[in-house]
Amino acid sequence: MRRVLEGSHAVSHAVELARVKVISAYPITPQTHIVERLAELVADGVLDARFIRVESEHSAMAAVIGAASAGARSFTASSSHGLALMHEMLHWAAGARLPVVMAEVNRAMGPGWNIWADQTDSLSQRDTGWMQLYCEDVQEVLDTILMAYKLAERVSLPAMVVMDAFFLSHTYEPVEVPEQDEVDAFLPAWEPTEILDPADPHAFNQLASPEYYMEFRYKIQQAMEEALRAHDEIDAEFGRRFGRSYGAVRRIPCREGELAPLALVTTGSVTGTARVAQAALREKGTDVDVVKLKLFRPFPHEEVREVLGPYERVAVLDRNISFGAGGIFASEIRAALAGLDRRPRVYPFVAGLGGRDITPQTIESVVTRALGDEPPSDILWEGLKL
Amino acid sequence: MPIELPVHERMYSGHLACPGCGAAIAMRFLLKGLGEKAILSIPACCWSIIGGPFPYTALQVPVLHTAFETGGAVASGIRAALDARGDTETQVVTWAGDGGTFDIGLQSLSGAADRNENILYVCYDNEAYMNTGVQSSGATPTGAWTTTTPTGSPKPTRKKDIMQIMAAHRIPYAATASIAYPEDMVRKVQKAVSLPGTKFLHVYAPCPTGWKVPSEISVKLARLAVQTRIFPLYEVEDGVRYTINLEPVGYLVDEYYRLQGRFKHLTREALDRIQAQVDENWERLKALARIG
Ligand SMILES: Cc1ncc(C[n+]2csc(CCOP(=O)(O)OP(=O)(O)O)c2C)c(N)n1
Ligand code: SF4
Repeated sequence: MRRVLEGSHAVSHAVELARVKVISAYPITPQTHIVERLAELVADGVLDARFIRVESEHSAMAAVIGAASAGARSFTASSSHGLALMHEMLHWAAGARLPVVMAEVNRAMGPGWNIWADQTDSLSQRDTGWMQLYCEDVQEVLDTILMAYKLAERVSLPAMVVMDAFFLSHTYEPVEVPEQDEVDAFLPAWEPTEILDPADPHAFNQLASPEYYMEFRYKIQQAMEEALRAHDEIDAEFGRRFGRSYGAVRRIPCREGELAPLALVTTGSVTGTARVAQAALREKGTDVDVVKLKLFRPFPHEEVREVLGPYERVAVLDRNISFGAGGIFASEIRAALAGLDRRPRVYPFVAGLGGRDITPQTIESVVTRALGDEPPSDILWEGLKL
Repeated sequence: MPIELPVHERMYSGHLACPGCGAAIAMRFLLKGLGEKAILSIPACCWSIIGGPFPYTALQVPVLHTAFETGGAVASGIRAALDARGDTETQVVTWAGDGGTFDIGLQSLSGAADRNENILYVCYDNEAYMNTGVQSSGATPTGAWTTTTPTGSPKPTRKKDIMQIMAAHRIPYAATASIAYPEDMVRKVQKAVSLPGTKFLHVYAPCPTGWKVPSEISVKLARLAVQTRIFPLYEVEDGVRYTINLEPVGYLVDEYYRLQGRFKHLTREALDRIQAQVDENWERLKALARIG
């Protein structure tokens, strides 16, 4: 069924379609619409789930960890400061191998207070063992929530579905909403093997001495590697069933069958803007291929090498910064390309922090700079007003 | 009101507590009071160690070890999942130390109590952060030595009144208990389990290691704490109806204090001030019980 949905409500709908059993969340702008709608759905009996209204994000994550440990498909949503407050529990969810799914609305960290889009919040959580999937539009957000549960339950790791503040969370778009029976066929009920059960008592998450700890970590890394394959399979299956698939890394060529002199790597809603800029640039005689990166954890090293390796130049657009280093996607991409004998020159652009608009003009400027004589420094600021 | 202690044991031998550990004894009595179907959640504390390292466990109930400040929230999540699965019988229990309850975990405990979650929260109180080497907590009594309140500047403030805090949430049931009074403790566990909503048990559990006492006097100290009125045994229903369960003999606090290395620096004046505080608390409790 085709409906016009706000990004946040697309998330809530997907959670409903996934037949989530326990939801716990704490309000923070711009995540609030997601959980308000879920609270309504539960209160109205539309969604047969428990809604735990906790007193903090830390407790929200702790509560879903408890719920998943007792075998319930669980969900939470947060953003920015809320996500940062969860940090300790993010490690617990992954370390305990719980397939919790969270919608994370990218928002800048303070100070100064800023509620607008910026990926530094989610990227700061990259080493917690959570899978991270960045979405371009509202349809992708809805679809990705469903795929994220399947993926998380397949590899026993939590997953974060990441969407830009306002550009996605508060934007209404026409969305194809799948039927419940189709979703049930794609995403059957979760059948966990190890749960808290008085009839079969075990201790979970207890002291792990040096004798064991490292092997637990090895297994998480293995699960991440398995997740790369699982993601492709699940994405393909979703494509077969619903006619839409996204890929972990997707090349959007300027001209079919040709390699442009520059690949522009984008994430999140900026990809949509890049598509528009790509068409405008082509009109003006500048060819640029857009490469959309959806999967950040696990990082698709091999695919990144395959897709980007052949280019002369690669520009990366980062709406985030790791202070003292630079744009985070850029540094991961450079690391992935480092092993190649012949590798592209990487232009690491930082732009659009704290919700500053990344317009088609911003993208044209980035492309022009990357194709010009400017040396590919460790960090290139775009649109800075000094 | 004496009751028969259930004979079953749900603790294996070979746990890792220090000799004479009040927290280990307290767990034994908790498990005697709980029915067959229970799940424990244990935030960081001595019991994160006592229960045994992977792949062992000293307990014959499922345990979810969790982060320090999550006792109230994790139990809420487990409860929600069980309810969603149609299991309303299994009792979800949080078992936390005083630091995990009075201090860092107070927020999530308060959240759970505010929602009146159907859980039992048990705080075993050894009056300091023992797991990390005896640092002062909100439960550390006035005048006590700890590694963060050294004898040169012992704990200046009073022990936080966690029972008043919990009562103020108007939860159905809150009670104090002691390892020196097993029948009373087991009865309270059983009573708590029989009631819906949030139940809170504050259990006095001496720590020979942190209190600088010989391991064989833990139970004696726990009894003296009750008989000196330092730690009276009482219940609070719906936050307002107070019942004192045992009329203490009323020994002077010296009987209790002079046995413990953590108080040996206390002067006569300090002990007199403490006696005055204990008397004041007792009068207040009696007044509350009269109203109830
Ligand atoms: C966020 C966080 N801060 C600090 C610690 C370190 N820590 C672990 S146990 C503990 C003390 C526990 O004290 P208490 O709750 O009184 O239990 P006890 O050890 O006395 O049994 C501390 C400080 C931690 N695990 N997590
Ligand atoms: S330090 Fe104290 S509370 Fe901890 S195990 Fe030893 S005796 Fe028990």
